[in-house]
Amino acid sequence: MINWTPDQRTARERPPKPSKVLIIGSGPIVIGQAAEFDYAGTQACKAMREEGITSVLVNSNPATIMTDEDVADVVYIEPIAVDVIERIIARERPDGLLPTLGGQTGLNMAVALHEAGILDKYHVRLLGTPLEAIRKAEDRELFRQMLDDIGEPTPPSTIVETMDEAAAAVEEIGLPAVIRPAYTLGGTGGGIAHTREEYERIVASGLAASPITQVLVEKSLLGWKEVEYEVMRDGAGNVITVCNMENFDAMGVHTGDSIVVAPSQTLSDKEYQMLRTASLKIISALGIEGGCNVQLALAPNPQTTPWDAAPAGTLPPYYVIEVNPRVSRSSALASKATGYPIARVAAKIAIGRTLDEIPNAVTQKTSAAFEPALDYVVVKIPRWPFDKFPFGDRALGTQMKATGEVMAIDRTFEGALQKAVRSLEIGGRSLLWEDPAWKDSHGERPLHATDERLWTLMATIRRGGNLLALSRKTGVDMWFLEKLENIVAMERRLLAEDLAPDLLRRAKRMGFSDKQVATLSDRLPEQVRALRDEWDIRPVYKMVDTCAAEFEAATPYFYSTYEEENEALPTPGQKALVIGSGPIRIGQGIEFDYCSVHAARALDAAGYTSIMANSNPETVSTDFDTSDRLYFEPLDEEGVRDILENEAGDDAAPADAPPSIVQFGGQTAINMAGALHNAAMPIIGSSSETIDLAEDRRRFEAFLSGLGIPQPPGAAVLRVEDAIHTAEALGYPVLVRPSYVLGGRAMEIVQNPSELARFVQHAAEASDGKPILIDKYLEGKEVEVDAICDGERVLIPGIMEHIERAGVHSGDSMAVYPGIHLTEQEVADIVEYTVRIGLAMDVRGLMNVQYVIMPSDDAARAGASDVYVLEVNPRGSRTVPFLSKVTGVPMVQVAVNIMLGISLRDQGYEAGLWPRQDLVAVKAPGFSMSKLIGVDTYLGPEMKSTGEVMGIDTTFPAALVKALMSADLALKPGGGVLLSIADRHKTQMLPVIRHLHEAGFRLYATEGTAEMLKALGLPVEQVTKRLHEGHPNVVDVINDGSVTCVINTPEGRFTGTLRDGFYIRRAATEKRVPCFTSVDTARAAVDALIATLQGAAAAYNVRPLPQYRAGSAG
Amino acid sequence: MADALLVLEDGTVFRGEAIGAAARAHGEVVFSTSMTGYQEALTDPSFAEQVLVMTYPLQGNYGINDDDYESRRIQVRAFVVREECEAPSHWRARRTLHQYLEEQGVPGLAGVDTRALTRKLRNAGVMMGTVTHDETAAQALARLRDLPRYGSTDLVPWVSTRHQYTYDDRSRERARRIVVLDLGVKYNILRVLDRLGCEATVAPCHTSAEDILGMRPDGVLLSPGPGDPALLDYAVATARGLIGKAPIMGICLGHQVIGEAFGAKSFKLKFGHRGANHPVRDEATGRVYITAQNHGYAVDHAGLGSDVEVSHRNVNDGTVEGLWHRREPVMTIQYHSEASPGPLDSMYLFERFMTMVDEARVNAARA
Repeated sequence: MINWTPDQRTARERPPKPSKVLIIGSGPIVIGQAAEFDYAGTQACKAMREEGITSVLVNSNPATIMTDEDVADVVYIEPIAVDVIERIIARERPDGLLPTLGGQTGLNMAVALHEAGILDKYHVRLLGTPLEAIRKAEDRELFRQMLDDIGEPTPPSTIVETMDEAAAAVEEIGLPAVIRPAYTLGGTGGGIAHTREEYERIVASGLAASPITQVLVEKSLLGWKEVEYEVMRDGAGNVITVCNMENFDAMGVHTGDSIVVAPSQTLSDKEYQMLRTASLKIISALGIEGGCNVQLALAPNPQTTPWDAAPAGTLPPYYVIEVNPRVSRSSALASKATGYPIARVAAKIAIGRTLDEIPNAVTQKTSAAFEPALDYVVVKIPRWPFDKFPFGDRALGTQMKATGEVMAIDRTFEGALQKAVRSLEIGGRSLLWEDPAWKDSHGERPLHATDERLWTLMATIRRGGNLLALSRKTGVDMWFLEKLENIVAMERRLLAEDLAPDLLRRAKRMGFSDKQVATLSDRLPEQVRALRDEWDIRPVYKMVDTCAAEFEAATPYFYSTYEEENEALPTPGQKALVIGSGPIRIGQGIEFDYCSVHAARALDAAGYTSIMANSNPETVSTDFDTSDRLYFEPLDEEGVRDILENEAGDDAAPADAPPSIVQFGGQTAINMAGALHNAAMPIIGSSSETIDLAEDRRRFEAFLSGLGIPQPPGAAVLRVEDAIHTAEALGYPVLVRPSYVLGGRAMEIVQNPSELARFVQHAAEASDGKPILIDKYLEGKEVEVDAICDGERVLIPGIMEHIERAGVHSGDSMAVYPGIHLTEQEVADIVEYTVRIGLAMDVRGLMNVQYVIMPSDDAARAGASDVYVLEVNPRGSRTVPFLSKVTGVPMVQVAVNIMLGISLRDQGYEAGLWPRQDLVAVKAPGFSMSKLIGVDTYLGPEMKSTGEVMGIDTTFPAALVKALMSADLALKPGGGVLLSIADRHKTQMLPVIRHLHEAGFRLYATEGTAEMLKALGLPVEQVTKRLHEGHPNVVDVINDGSVTCVINTPEGRFTGTLRDGFYIRRAATEKRVPCFTSVDTARAAVDALIATLQGAAAAYNVRPLPQYRAGSAG
Repeated sequence: MADALLVLEDGTVFRGEAIGAAARAHGEVVFSTSMTGYQEALTDPSFAEQVLVMTYPLQGNYGINDDDYESRRIQVRAFVVREECEAPSHWRARRTLHQYLEEQGVPGLAGVDTRALTRKLRNAGVMMGTVTHDETAAQALARLRDLPRYGSTDLVPWVSTRHQYTYDDRSRERARRIVVLDLGVKYNILRVLDRLGCEATVAPCHTSAEDILGMRPDGVLLSPGPGDPALLDYAVATARGLIGKAPIMGICLGHQVIGEAFGAKSFKLKFGHRGANHPVRDEATGRVYITAQNHGYAVDHAGLGSDVEVSHRNVNDGTVEGLWHRREPVMTIQYHSEASPGPLDSMYLFERFMTMVDEARVNAARA
């Protein structure tokens, strides 16, 4: 008799479930670490709550949902630094730490805490993926060894720690070679070298960027297919793939900068499964417990990128490129692309659950142990900041440059791609856009990877470019190029044929917007829309359900497509649409997602059905359980009106559509006001009339004059002569800007007539006959106010004072709550003006007002000051989360309630200034400059920061110290400072320089500044700023480490000193040395250093956020 | 392209564009949620007499190559997709999906709201349907109602080999001899056995237990195949004759046949399990595996004798996914460990079968 029994069931030892878990966030938004970690952290907190575990959250970024007091159980907005977190651990005594949900920042901090022995000291267990696995995944040598052990292929490579080793390595591997620094974010400091010179330069910068001075030099796989798998593993060893993704851009472009499609399109099942199996093998060998991202390179078509083709019947070669042993940007994308909540499941795995024990929140019938089946195509396109930085290097490589991304879903690739392009919100640009320069260059269009390559490919195909040749040149697979050609073919039909129902339906299926169809068929967009109505060509909405309709699902998560069955029938009852803020970009960051999420919550709380529309996969707002219903759609007029018509139901009048809320989604949403108004669709909150009043410069000036509220004097001019006369009358410096752009774009401060003439000429060329605005530049104290108005009363939660004087964009300024240097009279004026403006403009909901305060010119009021209004925005601003958190006023909720007809009084709020809290909070900007080659880092009227942090404490010095720590701007005592100061700032800077000298800094200075210091008897080493005139020059002293801080205040945009200073600032940025371009920031940083030396730092508090407000002792 | 229709037996009509052969075809309309592997699915004999709907909208992206066939011809009666790729991109592609369908005389339908169709089948259950290009919907419906229903005839003899053969494309030493009872075998089962060092002899479906044992196999594999296991008395009898005489592995229909041999009955699922993402728990270890599935019937565990245990269960609906016998070397699975298309995670079961075969040989030598 044969006895055969299967393996005996092995009872897995379950780790004990923790009772209190610390979650570390990712700090300010920077390139490579954006809103996706707010989404991940928020999901983790929800998961802990479901499991009955107390969550303690620490993050320095106040503009996050995860730092809401109803998301985590205990919230700390404190610097993410070892000593600070040790104090939190000592105070809270968590028994677990979740290290893999706060991006690279959170992970590095967990490792640092472990290495400092702090976790052992306080008996804190690292949950989820063990540290050993993290090390194996992140240390390139260990990772390669592990892959060798399990027989997974890696590209030939060598680890290098010195320039000599690098020289030897390149002999073996050859060029082109890829250089990847160890332990850096978004590939900082890496690149692809084609020449020996490039190789040496990139290795040097990579070694500098790596905290362990280590880079990997690797065989270049340029042109190979790049494929990613998002995989999960639980403690019992169960493994699944959530999603695979294929990059439109072949290997060589950072995946964060690649156009990505999910699922893969050009892989046969055999290839798909080969790479899937490799990914699962890798996470099993690593011992991941949670989520993980695996990047692979697959041999492409040998006709376009040659390699030794595999023999018949065998599979093509592939290489494992990289693993992220944590939740990442890609996992956020995969979550939104599939509906599978990776971070939430990862958090539950970390506390000991197995995949089959975790319910699938989407179907509510099945478990998390399955692989989502997609029945649609997802396209992600990165959002790059080159509209803000036209002089930045646009070439894409291994260093990520995008600040954010958009995602679109459709049932055709063409549709998803075109909707994603619409979602980018680059001046309404569709795939039809072409740079006029391409026409003049005799058919030569740049085809190397840049932010514009999608458009250059389109332009080339439009002119009959050969697809195979294009594929060879770019590495983009023929499949994608054929799809682009399909789009071009449809463009031709729309140009040539009469618009008939069948043609229009086909165009809509391919994602052509009404606007594109209108352009091509010589109509107005509104006429195309009318034809669609007449011919009954309307989008239907289909559900993202994780299972391709196999099971009934409860997710209210929809995308539009042009097919037959509509699954999103209008929701019954009272409802409103919250228009989100689209991709994260400079000037429109996560703050607006915070506002949108709160708006949805406020609607829910008021008994309304909340409907969210957004296009950004990184965010909390596009989590399917943030609102009652989510539409993942482009936020343009067509997308929003289609949603509203769908929610209104068949044959409803536009006025019967649910009302829209446009004041929380930044400029994206507010820009929709006019279109909705014209379409006779209702808006709740401030009317489009109010919005127009604030945005139309002329109307606004007349309005303020009518109220008798001062504003900086100015005028609109058309010609250079008029400009010079006007400026003369106003007195220099003047603030100039074209009237056709909003916000800080293209705004400059000019100091003299020749600068002015150059600016006006330049602007006039681009402005198409529209006037240039010239205002007196008041270099005074800048103050910012957020207020809530119900039409009868105005509530001012708080006043923020900027550290930098007017001239630095408010988003790049450090700001202090409360206005600690303001006089009572100034506060009274600000409150009075704010109230009068709010009432007179008939604001309903939020508004933001920016003021500048100058010493009074009036001799009769000597010593007093005058308050001028700079700008009014009748919408939620960047500072709403900051102010909500420090004052405790739930500003968005109060504003939404007003929109629903509940007055401030009925909500229990008094009018006027909210009681000043007994705390000080400092907001500081976070920058991503080291990743943007060629971008000048000096601060001016145009915004450059990507994120923000907050320091909060009971005193100003302590709050300031913490804000600077979190913003990576804190000065360390000792070391050297390089000074290059504009003439007009020299006097102001003197006290600051003396402080630095007294604090033990060695002083280095460029020619003019050094002369002044010598004259004053200060010891100074002069270094030349003329890079070709000997050594040591400014760049040398930065690169050799002599200098640990740079203070460089530029003269002005159009002068030579700006160009000289550019090299100083870039060198400092690339060496990661704090660089101050404003006297005021430098002064604050030096004050903080002095305070630290005097012991204020040790005296700073570490407390849960609400305790600062309560004013209780730590 | 010409217009064509899919007419369901309940009168629902889906309009689209004809692809493949200009022909009418009818069958049971089923959907698969597998996102890749249309070439394998088209040639999978288990889809005989079925109209296959793919839920992933873009089909034919990487064309049809010379390697990824699972049988010698297209087995589905008709293929329904949202979009057929006219310009596939893959260096191994030899023809387009449309060309392949056309060559094989199989009609297809593109441009269909396949999600609406899938939701219909999910809610109402699978039903008969016909693809047509030259009739009105009413004519097609009338014709459909006169046609035999799926499940009324035994489809296995149509897909099984007529002559016994040995799968051997490379002559080398073989450690084990496995007889595969061909109820509609997929080539990949033979490829896997080959890779594991087995000489696989494929026997026609009506081969008796005596004839199989006469080949002195080290093990017998009952293959997957189409249709209702209740119609397969002959195969059930063969299975009964083999149990206890040779190590046996049953896959899909083979599993159901062995289930019947153990005294269980099978029942029809509302809309089947077809795709590459179905979670199955190995009851012996508690581990969950993502599996490739393609079946419309399932074994009801109620009739199983006390010697037989359920070794695998579906995590979603709890249905039986595998059986093992306490005393005899018999293992069965309802899903496709050979994958193709689908995940390779269950290949370990073939290895388990090899262990079973080897142990049996050792024990036989001792006896």
